[in-house]
Amino acid sequence: MAFLEVENVRRSFGGLVALDRVSFTVCRGQIKGLIGPNGAGKTTLFNMVSGLLAPEVGQIRFKDRTITGLKPFQIARLGISRTFQNPSLFLRMTVLENVMVGRHLRSRASFLSSSLRLPGQVREEQHIRAEAWRHLEPLGLAALADRPAGSLAFGQRRMVELARALATEPELLLLDEPASGLNTREKADLNQVIRRIRASGVTLLLVEHDMALVMDLADDIVVLHNGTPIAHGPPATIQNDPNVIQVYLGGEPDGIPPAGELNLKWTRPR
Amino acid sequence: MRFLQCNTPFATFAVLAVVTQLVLRAAGMEYCLTQLTMALYYALVVLGLCLVTGHAGQVSLGHAAFFAIGGYTSAFLTTHDFGPLPEPAWATGLKQARVLIEHSDLYGGTALSVSPWAAVVVALLLTFVVAHLIGYPALRLKGHYLAMATLGFGLIVSKIVVGTAQLGASDGITGVPEWPLGFGLTVSGRRTLRVENYYIACGLLLLTLVLLRNLIRSRVGRALQAIHDRETAANAMGINTAAYKLGAFVLSALLAALAGVFFTHYTGSISPSEAGALKSVRYLALAAAGGMASLWGVTAMSVILNYLSLRGFFGSYDNAVFGAILILIISLAPEGPLKPLGQWLRHGLNRNHHPRDETTGAPPGASDGAPRIH
Amino acid sequence: MENGSMALQYLLSGITKGSIYAVVAIGFNLIYSATGVLNFAQGEFVMLGGMVAIMLAQLGLPLVVAVGAAVIVVSAVGCLLEITFFRKLRHHSILHMIIITIGLSIVIQEIALHIWDEKVRSLPYFTGNEVSSLKFFGAAISPQVLWVLGAIAVSVVLLHIFLRYTLQGRAMRACASNPEAAMLAGINIPNMRTLSFGLSAALGGLAGCVISPITMTHYEMGAPLAIKGFAAAILGGLGNPMGGVIGGLTVGILEAFAVSRLPAAFNDVAAFVVLLLVLFVRPHGLLGRPGGEAVREH
Repeated sequence: MAFLEVENVRRSFGGLVALDRVSFTVCRGQIKGLIGPNGAGKTTLFNMVSGLLAPEVGQIRFKDRTITGLKPFQIARLGISRTFQNPSLFLRMTVLENVMVGRHLRSRASFLSSSLRLPGQVREEQHIRAEAWRHLEPLGLAALADRPAGSLAFGQRRMVELARALATEPELLLLDEPASGLNTREKADLNQVIRRIRASGVTLLLVEHDMALVMDLADDIVVLHNGTPIAHGPPATIQNDPNVIQVYLGGEPDGIPPAGELNLKWTRPR
Repeated sequence: MRFLQCNTPFATFAVLAVVTQLVLRAAGMEYCLTQLTMALYYALVVLGLCLVTGHAGQVSLGHAAFFAIGGYTSAFLTTHDFGPLPEPAWATGLKQARVLIEHSDLYGGTALSVSPWAAVVVALLLTFVVAHLIGYPALRLKGHYLAMATLGFGLIVSKIVVGTAQLGASDGITGVPEWPLGFGLTVSGRRTLRVENYYIACGLLLLTLVLLRNLIRSRVGRALQAIHDRETAANAMGINTAAYKLGAFVLSALLAALAGVFFTHYTGSISPSEAGALKSVRYLALAAAGGMASLWGVTAMSVILNYLSLRGFFGSYDNAVFGAILILIISLAPEGPLKPLGQWLRHGLNRNHHPRDETTGAPPGASDGAPRIH
Repeated sequence: MENGSMALQYLLSGITKGSIYAVVAIGFNLIYSATGVLNFAQGEFVMLGGMVAIMLAQLGLPLVVAVGAAVIVVSAVGCLLEITFFRKLRHHSILHMIIITIGLSIVIQEIALHIWDEKVRSLPYFTGNEVSSLKFFGAAISPQVLWVLGAIAVSVVLLHIFLRYTLQGRAMRACASNPEAAMLAGINIPNMRTLSFGLSAALGGLAGCVISPITMTHYEMGAPLAIKGFAAAILGGLGNPMGGVIGGLTVGILEAFAVSRLPAAFNDVAAFVVLLLVLFVRPHGLLGRPGGEAVREH
C-alpha cells in the first residue's frame, strides 16, 4: 500500500504548464528525493501536496485518502508538514514561540478557555512549551529559544523551521531545499538530522539541489524535467540514467549542476 | 513573585485609577470623571482593534458601526413602547421574567419596553450575527480591499441609522434609561453616581485587559500573530486561518458593541455621529498611536486622547488632530511613539532589579511584547 | 411615454454622476498602478478643485481662468503629497499606506473647513442658469450636464492618448507593469510616481469644477466620492485606468435608479451595498481576470 500517491497531476500558470502527467508514490518510512533543474516544477508539486495549490487534473492520496481540494491546514492535520524554500518563520515571534506554533494542531485551547485561563488551558500551555523545548534541543536551538526569529542567520532559520515542522509530529515531512544556503558543516549536521528524523519513523519527501546530499540520503529518487518525470529509481540507477545525464549536461552525478544551469541548452528528452 | 510581576501593570492601572479619582476630588474637579468614563468606554473599542489589527493584522475601518449597533439596539429596545401588548401567555411570561418592563413615558402614561439586561443580550447577539455576516466574506480580502469593505460596511450602517425615523434619524435616541447591573451598581449618568460609574468603567476595562492579555499569550494569540506574520506558513502549520481571523474580528466587534451599550446607558443617549466613518478612523488612529499591538500603549493613548477630545481640548481642530496623529505617527514612528519610551523605561527598571525578564514588569504605557504593526 | 422619459431622466442623471465616479476611479487606478498606493484622499481632490475655482471666481477672475488655475493648483497639491509623504515611505506596508492616505483625507477636509467654512458653495453655471434646460427625447437636461460629460470625455480621451502614444505616458505604463525593468530602461520612477499623483489630482480637480454648479461643493463631499469611485475602480478592475469609466458609469446609473426606488436617505446605501457585493463576489472586478489580486498575501 502506498503511503503518498501522486497520480497524473497537472497544473499550469496562465499559458505555462508547470507540471503535467506527474505520477509517483512514496512508501512509508522512505526518504524520497525529488530533483530536477530550476523550473522543473518541484516546488509547485510540493505546494500541491501541502494544499497551497490545487491540481487542475489528477489526484493526490495520502494513506488512501484523497487530499486534493483540502485546505493546507486540513492536510497538516492529517499528518503532512513542510518547510519552505525560503524559510518562512514568524519573524516577530521568538524561536520558542515559532516552534510552539508547530504544536497548534496538537492542542485545543479556544478563544474562551484561553482568555479565561481555565485550568485545562494552563496545563495544555505548559505541555505545549515543554514539547516545543523537546523539539528545539536535538536541533541545537535551545540557546536561541528567546531570540526573535527575525534576528537569526539563514542557516539557523532553516533549523528553526525544521523544528517547527517536526513539532507538528508529522507522518510525512516535505523538505523544500533544506540544504540551500547552508555551509558544509551545516549540511553535514542536516544530513545527520534527516537520518534521525527517518529513524524516528517519519517519511520524508525531499526536494534538493545538492546532489551529494540527495544521493546519500534518498532511498528512491524522482527526476522532474520541464514538469514531467523523466526517471525514477534508486540513486545508483538515477546516476547512470542517460536521460538524467543529458538533462544535467555536466554529467557529474554527485556534484551540484554547474552554476549556470540556465545557460545549458536543454534538449527535451522523449 | 512571578505572579506579582506579571500583574504589575494591572495593579498599576488600578492604583492609577484610584489616585486619579482622589486627586480630582481633592481638586474639586470631579466633573472631569464624566468625560473620563466615556473615554474609558471608547478605549474598549480600540482594544478590540488592537487585537484584530495589531495582532491578527486585519484592518478594520468599520468598528464604529459595531459600537453603534450595540448602542442603538440597546437604546431602541429600552425606549421604544411595545405596548399595549396582546395578552397571550408569552407576553405575560416576558413581563413576569422582567424581559419587558413597564415604565412611565414622557407624557406620564405607561410604556412597555425591554429591560436593559435583555436589551444588552439582544444587542450582543445581533452584533455577533452581523460580525459573522460581514467578517466571513470580508476577511478573505486583504490590504486595501479589506479596509474598503469594512469602511463600506461602516458607511451602510451609518446611513441606515441616519435615515431611519424609528432610530431618531439625525437626532439619535435620547432618554435611554439607566441600567441596574445588580450588586447595587447602576450604569447611569446621574451626578450622584458619577464616581460609581467611573469605577464601573475602570473595572470593565481592567477585566477586558486581563482577558485580552491572557488571550494574546496563548495558543490562540500565537495563531493570530502567525497569521499576521505569514499567513501561508500559518495555514501550513495547521492553523485554520479563516476561522481565527473571523474569531478575532467577531470578538473585537463584540467588545465594540459592549462599549456602545455601556456608553449609551451611561450618557442616556446615542447619536448617529457615533456610527460615522470618522469615528472608525479615529479608533484606528488611536490604535496606531498606542503602537497597534501593545495593550497598554493602546489603552493609555486612547484614554488620554479621547479624554482631551471630549473636554474640547482640541477645539474645532478635533478631527484634524486625529488625522495629523495618524500621518505623523505612521510616517515617523510606525511602531508607536510609546515604544522607544517603553524601552527606555524598561531599561531603567531592569538595571535596578532584574537583568532579564522581557515578558513581564512592563509599566503601563510601555509596550506589551514587541509592538507590531503591519 | 411618460415612463420612458422618466427612465431616460434617471439614466442621464446616472451618467452625470457616473462620469464623476469614473474620474475618481481613473485617479485611483493611475496612482495605484504607478505606486501601489490606494489613495483614500482621491475624493478630496474633487472637493479642492471646486473650492479653489469658486474662490478664484469670487475674486473676479473669468470662469475659464478660475477653472484652469484650480486644476493647476490641485495638481500641484497632488504632486506635493507624493513628494512629502509617499516618496519616503515606499518601504512601508499596505496598512501604513492606507492609514496615511486616510489621515491626509481628514486633514485636507479640516483645512478646507477652516479656509472655506461649512457653507455649501457652487460655481455659476457655465452656460445658462439653474432653470435653463434642453429637451432630449422628453427628458430635461441642464446644459451643465453637457459640460460635465464633455469635459470628462475630453479629458479621458486625452489621458488615453497620453498613456498610449506619448513617451512620458508609455514610460508611466512601463513603470506600472514592471518597475525594475522600467528603471533599467532609464525611466525615472520617482518622477513617474509624482506625475501619477499630479495627473489624477488634476483630473479630480477638473471634475470638481464642472460638477460644482450641479451638486454644489462642500468640504465633506470628498469621502463619499472616494468610496464610490473606489467601487467603480473595483468594478472595472483595479489598476486598469479605462476600466474605471465603465465601473463609474455602472455605479452612477445603479445609484440613479436606486434613488427612484428607495427613500432619499438611503440613496448612498445602494452604492455601498454594490461595493460590498462586488468585493465579496468578484474582487477582481467585472472586467478583470481572477488573478488573486485581492486575496493575495501582501
